[in-house]
Formats: sequence, C-alpha cells, structure tokens
Amino acid sequence: MSNDTLPATAPAAPPAKTPKKEKAASLWSDAWYDLRRNPVFVIGAAMVGILVVISAFPGVFDSVGVDPSTCNLANARKGITSEHWFGSDNLGCDVYSRVIHGARVSILVGFISAAVTGIVGGVLGLLAGFYGRWVDIILSRVAEIFFAIPSILGALLILAVIGRDNAGIGSVVLALGLLAWPMVLRIMRAAVITAKHQDYVVAARALGAGPWRIMLRHILPNALAPVIVVSTINLGAFIAAEAALSFLGVGIQSPQISWGLMIADARNRFLEAPLPLLFPALFLSLTILSVVMLGDAVRDALDPKLR
Amino acid sequence: MGRYVLRRLLQAIPVLLGTTFLIFAIVYALPGDPLQALAGEKRVDPVFAAAMREQFHLNEPLLVRYGYYLRDILSGDFGTTFRGLPVSTIFEGKFQVTFKLSMTALVFEAVIGVGLGFWAALRRGKWEDKAVLAFTLLLVSIPTLVSGFVLQLLLGVKLKLGTGIAFFPVAGVQDGLRSYLLPGFVLATVSIAYLTRLTRTSLMETLRADYVRTAVAKGMPKSRVLGRHALRNSLIPMVTYLGADLGTLMGGAVITETIFNLPGIGQQLFQSVYLQENPVVVGIVTVLVLIYIVANLVVDMLYAVLDPRIRYE
Amino acid sequence: MVKNPSIDTSLLPADAATEPLLAVDNLHVEFTTRQGLVRAVNGVSYTVNAGESLAVLGESGSGKSVTAQAIMGILDMPPARIPKGEVRFRGTDLLKLSDQARSQIRGQRIAMIFQDALSALNPVFTVGWQISEMFRVHRGMGKRDAMKKAVELMDRVRIPAAKQRVNDYPHQFSGGMRQRIMIAMSIALDPEVLIADEPTTALDVTVQAQIMELLAELQRESNMGLILITHDLGVVADVADKIAVMYAGRIVENAPVHDLYKNPGHPYSKGLLDSIPRVDQKGQDLYAIKGLPPNLLDMPPGCAFHPRCPYRRDNCVTDVPPLYEISGTRGSACHYYREVLDGTVE
Repeated sequence: MSNDTLPATAPAAPPAKTPKKEKAASLWSDAWYDLRRNPVFVIGAAMVGILVVISAFPGVFDSVGVDPSTCNLANARKGITSEHWFGSDNLGCDVYSRVIHGARVSILVGFISAAVTGIVGGVLGLLAGFYGRWVDIILSRVAEIFFAIPSILGALLILAVIGRDNAGIGSVVLALGLLAWPMVLRIMRAAVITAKHQDYVVAARALGAGPWRIMLRHILPNALAPVIVVSTINLGAFIAAEAALSFLGVGIQSPQISWGLMIADARNRFLEAPLPLLFPALFLSLTILSVVMLGDAVRDALDPKLR
Repeated sequence: MGRYVLRRLLQAIPVLLGTTFLIFAIVYALPGDPLQALAGEKRVDPVFAAAMREQFHLNEPLLVRYGYYLRDILSGDFGTTFRGLPVSTIFEGKFQVTFKLSMTALVFEAVIGVGLGFWAALRRGKWEDKAVLAFTLLLVSIPTLVSGFVLQLLLGVKLKLGTGIAFFPVAGVQDGLRSYLLPGFVLATVSIAYLTRLTRTSLMETLRADYVRTAVAKGMPKSRVLGRHALRNSLIPMVTYLGADLGTLMGGAVITETIFNLPGIGQQLFQSVYLQENPVVVGIVTVLVLIYIVANLVVDMLYAVLDPRIRYE
Repeated sequence: MVKNPSIDTSLLPADAATEPLLAVDNLHVEFTTRQGLVRAVNGVSYTVNAGESLAVLGESGSGKSVTAQAIMGILDMPPARIPKGEVRFRGTDLLKLSDQARSQIRGQRIAMIFQDALSALNPVFTVGWQISEMFRVHRGMGKRDAMKKAVELMDRVRIPAAKQRVNDYPHQFSGGMRQRIMIAMSIALDPEVLIADEPTTALDVTVQAQIMELLAELQRESNMGLILITHDLGVVADVADKIAVMYAGRIVENAPVHDLYKNPGHPYSKGLLDSIPRVDQKGQDLYAIKGLPPNLLDMPPGCAFHPRCPYRRDNCVTDVPPLYEISGTRGSACHYYREVLDGTVE
C-alpha cells in the first residue's frame, strides 16, 4: 500500500521536512505559503518595511538641510514650496521633516506595546489554560477587572496621574499595555484549553512526557497562531491610541515629534491652514492601513475559519 | 431567566470592586506623592497639603483609604474640583450631550454596519462583497482623530448648500440634532467597519446552518428565511459586540467632542486633563467605567433574551 | 385520510394519473470545488407512488442526500449544478419551475426531515413557533389557531404533555423528541411526499425503532409517498417497500425489499447485507467490504465498485455496467449479476 502511494503524492517534490510535530509545522508553512501569495500581505508588509526603515533612519529621508527642530516663525503656514514639500506649520517648522521624524514614535509604540502585551498576555494565558484550577480562576478574574476599563479612558487616567514631566514612549507603552494584555490572555487561554484536549497532547501525556515538555513542545506551537493574529491586529489599535493620547496632551511631549502631537499643534489654525494637520493625519492613516492589511492577511492565513 | 440574571448580577460585584480598586490604585499607589499627582504641576501649599492629607485620609493605610474612596463613590461623591465644587456638578447637562452623541453614533453604526454586512454576506465572493471588505479596511485605518478633522473640513466647511451656509455645523450643539450628525458619524466610523465585518461573517455562518436549510425546506419565502430565521441568530454576536463597542465610543467621544467643540463629558475630560485637574479626571473616568460595566451587564441580559440556550442554562 | 384541499389538480398535465407521484429521471448533479468538478449524482432514476416507501441506501458520498436535496430544491447553486435530468412531481418537471412555484411545493406538498434535529431546528424559536409557522405562512392562519394546530401535531407524533411543551425550545428536548418535532413540522400540511434523510442516525438504537415505527404509521394513515434515505440496511427492512442501493452517484441495484434481503443482485448490496451483525452468526468474524469508497474527484474507470469487488473481471475495469433489468421490478448494475444472484464466486 505505502509503495503505491509514495511516488504518487510527491514524485518531483523536494524532500519533505522532518515529520516531527508535523501538525504545527504544516500550519506555519501553509500560512507562510498563503501569505507570500496574498497581495494584501505583500503590500502591507512592504509599507510597514518602508515605515520601519524611515523610523530607523529618519535623517536619510528628511529634506536635506532642513532640521525638523529648526523653525522660522517667518515661514509659518506657508503652503507647499520647493523647500517645504508639505508646507510649514504654525511655528514655521518644515512639515515634511517632522512627518518623517514622527514615524519613529508610532512604530516604536505600536511594536513594543504589541510585543509586551503579546508576551505578558500570552505567558499568563498559557499558565491559566494549562494549569487550570486556582491559577486560572485568579488570572481570569484579574484579567476581567482590567478588561472592564475601556482602554483609552484607562490610559488617559494613568498618563494623567504619571504627569507630563514623566511622559514619553515608555509611559505610553505602559498605559496601553496595562489595559490590553487581558485580551491576549483570554485568547491564549482558550487556544491552550482546546489544544490540551487534542488527542496528540493526551497521547504525549499518556506516554509520560513532563508538563513543561507538553506545554512548550506540544501545546504552545498550536496555540500560538491566535495570539499572533490578535497581536498583529492590536498593532493598528496601539498606533491609533498613541496618536489619540498625544493629541490629548498626555502622550508624547514636545520637543519629541509624534503625529498626534503635530495634529494637536495644527488644530487651532486648521480651517485656514489644513496642510500641517493633513499630512501627519495622512501618514498616520497609511501606517494604520499597512498594519491592518498585515493583520488581515495574517488572520486569513492562520485562521481560515474567520474569513 | 431569573437565575441567569441573578448570577450575572453577583458576578458583576467582584468586577465592580476590582475596577474601582484598580482606579484607586492607579491614582494613589503609583510611585510619587499622590497629592502632587492630584495637583498636577501646580505647586502645593504646605498648609493646604496638610488639610488635603487629612481630607483624603492620605495618612491611613491603603486598604482603609480604598474603603473611604468606595464609600464616597457609593454615596455619589466623585471628588472635589480645585475650586471646591463637587465633581458630580460638572456632569450636569454634559451627560445629555455625550448621550445624544453616542446614540447618533450607534444609529449610524447599526444602519450602515448591519446593512453593509448583510449585503456583503448575501453577495459573498462577488465584487460587491470585496468592495465592502476593502471599504471596511479603509475605515478601520482612519482613526477618529483623522476622520474628525477631515470631515469637518470637507463637509462642514467646503460643502455649502445653495444659501452658502454649511449644512453640517462645524462646532457646538446650537443646531439641535443637526449638530450631532457629523460628529456622530465620525465617532461611528471605525465601529461601522468592525460591525460590518462582524455582521458579514456572522450572517455567512448562520446562512450555512442546518436550520436555515430547514426553513427553506419548509417553503418559507426568502425574505422570511433571511429576516427571521437567519437574522435572529446572527444578532447574538452583534449584540455582544455592542457592549464592548461602548468602550470604544467613550474613548472616541473624548476626541470627537474636542474636535467638534461639543460640551459633553468627553470634552470636559479633555479640558480637565489639559488643566491637570486630576481629581476631576479620576471622577469622570470612574463614572464612565461604572457606566460601561452596567451597560455591559444590560447587554448580557439582552443576550439572554436573544439566545434561549443561555437563558435556561 | 382527508386529502389536502389546496392541491389544484387542474394545473397538472392530463397524464397525471398514469405518472408516478414522484419520478426522478436520469438526474445528474455536479459540484464545482477548488479541487475540480465533483460528479455527485450520475444519472439516478427512481419513482415513488402514493402510499409507497422507497429506501435509498448508500454510504456517505454516494449521492443519496444530494439527490434528495435536488428534489427539494435546497441545493446551493452554485456550487451545485444540475446539467441533466428531471424531477417529475405528478408529471410536472420541478426543475423547470420558477423559484416561486417551487416554494409553493416545498414544505406543503413535498416535505423533508433531516438527520440531526438539534441543528436542523432553529435554536432561538420555540418548537411551537416553528411548527405553527407552517400554518401562519402557508395557510394564513392566526397565531392562536396555528399554535393550537401545533399542539395537535405534537400530540399526533406522541410528544407527552404537548400543551405544556409547545413553548419550550429545541435544546430542552431529548434527541428522540426533537426528531418527533421535526416530523410534526414536516407533516403539518399533509404533504404528498415525505423525504426522511437519515432520520434516525443521530439517535439511540431503541429510539431509532420508535421513530421508524412512527414514520411508518403516519405514512399508512396519510397515504404519503415516503423516501427514506439511510446507510443502515437494518433500519429499513420493516418500513420500506422497495430499495434503491446507491454507490458513487449511481443506483447499483433496485429491488422490492424482500427480494433484496433474500437474494441481493449486486456485489455491493451483498456486501452490505453480509456486514449486518446477526445473532445466528455469533462468534464468527463480521464481514466487511474491503477498501474505501471511491474519491469522487478521481473515480475509477469502468464500474466504480470494481476495486472492492470480489466478482471483478477484466471488463469491469473498462466498461461501465448499465442497470440490467433482472425482472419487471428489479435491476442491477453489475455485468455478472447472475453469478451474484446464484451465489457463485470463484
């Protein structure tokens, strides 16, 4: 029987990867195969890639010789010129340079918050789902309490208490992460509980595998997908939230540059001089669009049911 | 039903205690002088500080202080502003504005989100479906902060009716319901996208269900199969979403009311944050969180009305 | 039994009297899938007369349920397509009717019961609501009268305390009771044909017998034509008049039920019969048909059953067997049906 089937299935295919943990491995390789062929992912990833490069090396992209912090009041609210591609703001600063330098805060806050909540929520969710009983009860109750506070309101409160003097990327990440981890915990916990009852985990346990081995080798790889999906989707929410908090004056503070802060600064003269507001708004939307595209594609690839 | 309601009410008690303690802890247990935190950047007068310490029981242990704080909340005392007014007086008149704004947003959400999602699900895989999905992608990507200003500029300022007067007021509430249309829509945009997607997947799932096939086999007209048999079931996840969405609306209201200069709770919160009037910030956040929890409790009850399997658990 | 007053015989062709009640004629159904075209039903024909019970027997994937769904007109099209064939109800080809005309027949004149009543009943409406809906929508009855009718029907399918339970939800009933509700709903408007798609598969063995008995009884009372779809030969013996055995989208044998039990005319039917556990063979190994049902995307050439057939000869691999007529009431799609009937295997 096996002699018949082997050549029929893959005569010219490259040698198959080791069949060890094939369930998890095939999920990831299938997902990667889907992703590479999905235009939504390719475009989203390219845009995110460009934004990451810009935020790592803003000096390469900003207008040559125009420092974002050297402003000339005489130039205030001039329209688009050859020197100021996106015009200049209320204080006469170059909008283009500031938009380029503002990318870093969005990207850093988004990725660090997503990573922190993913790891904290993921680890706690793994523990709650795996150990069950009182570990689960305590962690789930605590998560429920954090979950009951709408995140922008909670972040606003935390940042207001921390105060403007201590505000910065760190405090924004803290405020956003403190309220967002329970969502990851819930998802990880549910996935772990599902995985725990799968036949191969029961079999591994019956064969005498230790709890750590079961948790890390058998459950984690199969419960990771939903956490990655939700973390990618959260990325966009965090970037939007940072802009909102900075706009409200509790997030990133001047002289640091953030798109939310630029929108707040341009707000008073917006109706007469919209450009200094519209450009950071455009870049903010494009950034969120690119990570949302990424999140959609990752979700479709890892969880076809949700399509 | 009664047992379910009772159980949900009992379950809400630890959550209420937990969240109020969390808010309390954020304010008083974070490192630094809580009085300074409450005062913001203003310099604290030592005599005033001593009086405040006494008034806020700052010299007592944390749990005792939480007890006082809880007692105050339960008696409707959400703190005092720097000018000595109780925070609760600040809410007067402002709740209606925020309430009207949220309701307008909810109507937009329900009509556009459910409508588009329904349409997309029925046209599954066709170009209309793909167009709706692309549209939601775009909506999700434009935060309230951006859509607020852009729509204010485009619809509020540039769009003029024959008389030369903008149809959509740019700011304030003096035009009655018309004042709420634009900010309500802005507040709803991101939620519209999520609700559209949720309605679409939920209805698509329901349409595949066996009981929908049964309804067709019973010879029910298509409108009835969709409108009664399928819709009623897909409403269940949608209602759950509304509860969670209320939190998004509250956060969004702070931005929207600020942009459109609506004198609601959100704008008050923004102004208090701006003036670093932290007792007011704490009071408003506490009230909003309590409303959020109670609203979610109501949604849970609604959930039980829609799904008898839960009701009879 | 009182005939359904709504049947308008004037719409039917003149030869309605000579036509069987329901005739499936050379029906083909195919599905477009990502992997390719699946020919689920390949030229199936059968007939049912009033008061007659036809059992359609086959494994999952044999096309028996798809045929039934094509009769009801509840296939999702696309992905399904009916390239050829007719489904004649009193002489009228249902496949040529408009959607609207079709939904006048569905539920009222041809009704269907599904396998899993828990998922086939709507979880958010009371069973009374779901049964009475038939009267409200199709007969324009008021809520109260329709509800009364629902209670009567629940009594008729012998649900205890029907009056109290009419306002309960499907999940509050046991599996057997749920299937009774499904049956009550399907016979509400006295249909002329009732299709039962694996009505007892999801139930306990003792409950299975009760449900089959109920179906048989209702059929006797109302003179319906009954199409009973099942994969379980043991279930049909007492209820069915004739059997059509399906394999890979074709009918491989049709016969009066007792003839088939006594002496099957197709190797597949024989295999099915031999694999029923019997008391008198206690201790012996249970017979099982070798191999697996064919992949519909990649059907074997010739007779679809040949890879599993103990009677296989060379021409089975190349020639598709037609449905040979054994007698006026019997047919077998096996080149060597005589040897099968005679029981000679070498």
